[in-house]
Amino acid sequence: MREIKAKDITETVARLSKEANYYLGEDVISALKKAREQEESPAGRQILDQILENAKIAAKEQMPLCQDCGLAVVFVEMGQDAHIAGGELIQAINEGVRKGYAEGYLRKSVVKQPFSSRTNTKDNTPAIIHTEIVPGDKLKITVAPKGGGSENMSRFTVLKPAQGRQGVVDFVVNAVDEAGSNPCPPTIIGVGIGGTAEKAVILAKKALLREVGKPSPDPEVAELEKELLQRINSTGVGPGGVGGRITSLAVHVEAFPAHIASLPVAVNIQCHSARHKEAVL
Amino acid sequence: MEKKITSPISPDVVEGLKAGDQVLISGVIYVGRDAAHKRLVETLDKGEKLPFDIKGQTIYYMGPSPTKPGHVIGSAGPTTSGRMDAYTPRLLAVGLRAMIGKGLRTDKVKEAIKEHKAVYLAATGGAAALIAKSITKSEIIAYEELGPEALLRLEVKDFPAVVINDSKGGDLYQEGKAKYRIQVGTKK
Ligand code: SF4
Repeated sequence: MREIKAKDITETVARLSKEANYYLGEDVISALKKAREQEESPAGRQILDQILENAKIAAKEQMPLCQDCGLAVVFVEMGQDAHIAGGELIQAINEGVRKGYAEGYLRKSVVKQPFSSRTNTKDNTPAIIHTEIVPGDKLKITVAPKGGGSENMSRFTVLKPAQGRQGVVDFVVNAVDEAGSNPCPPTIIGVGIGGTAEKAVILAKKALLREVGKPSPDPEVAELEKELLQRINSTGVGPGGVGGRITSLAVHVEAFPAHIASLPVAVNIQCHSARHKEAVL
Repeated sequence: MEKKITSPISPDVVEGLKAGDQVLISGVIYVGRDAAHKRLVETLDKGEKLPFDIKGQTIYYMGPSPTKPGHVIGSAGPTTSGRMDAYTPRLLAVGLRAMIGKGLRTDKVKEAIKEHKAVYLAATGGAAALIAKSITKSEIIAYEELGPEALLRLEVKDFPAVVINDSKGGDLYQEGKAKYRIQVGTKK
């Protein structure tokens, strides 16, 4: 049994919260550069230039890429042979979020009571924590801050199995088309297909953690991703929604077995400020 | 080519702005999000005076990240304008002339923009560190207790934006999308 100190979890989450908000991933930057080359719309190109310049400024000045530093979504993969010492996992993570968001001058965007008073918790906690037990004795932590503008455009439905692949394509394309300029395109589209309602939604979110544009290992799913991206980039929404060819940089689909009676589909839209950083303890 | 304009934006300049125009704004703009808008409209409902004279002014929908020592403001990009839609026609009716945000507006807001000869501009969502560079001064003028949602007065220099809804009914989000839309089944 390997021991992992709660204190180290806190420190790591604090560091990842800051890094995710300051430094855009290399995969996102190269996808944006490629989009800049392909985009035909002059207004769209201007927006892509601003986004690329913004990433440079944020990294250089250690300023948040976006003023909306998001809800702190934290994925934890905990090895079944690891043991956490000196504190509780959930508390250690929340303490890390509190620390990182305070030290990093990151915006606190969490309200306590969602449907009435909506008072800010002032430290960006609680984090949204997803834990999974995996083989091994390590602990993998991914901090993925998620802004409201793009998260608000999430969609979920349960299709009839007869609607099949075409039903999935229409639902996903329509969700992105209707979202228009709201989720800060160019976006990355996470799609979860199958499972139960909550399973599809979590798959859609997890799909966003994949390296941008890396196709699914399943050829049939990869083919679906390709078609979805092509259809989405035919909507004309474009960068910033001002019209153009590049509405999305990539579509990532995760599929899972489903009930004989259902075809759940979830869409989670990620803005171009596609922030996530990970560490292994 | 970008047009350089000054805020508050004069009525003639607003009438000359067309959907799709790129502008660089210098001058004074006010900042408020949903919570501040709610308070502004409640103040009007009570027949009281607003914390600033809104006639002819520009409101930027934004809630900055905290200011680092030595900086004027934190990252400062636009928030989704649609959340202000419920309050916007009311503010346009009392003289608000320009709004800066990002994202789609309702038909009701678009009609009010035309009726009151106003303009809706977008800044690039997520270009928040870049936009912060164009802000030269920032002060809280009301609702400090709302934290990132307080009402601010900013001085800006060459703040980059694009005209979305102009005073004549032009709509870049619609026109731009239509221009680049490829119908399914047809080749470009
Ligand atoms: S959608 Fe993303 S880029 Fe746009 S404002 Fe929100 S967090 Fe920032």
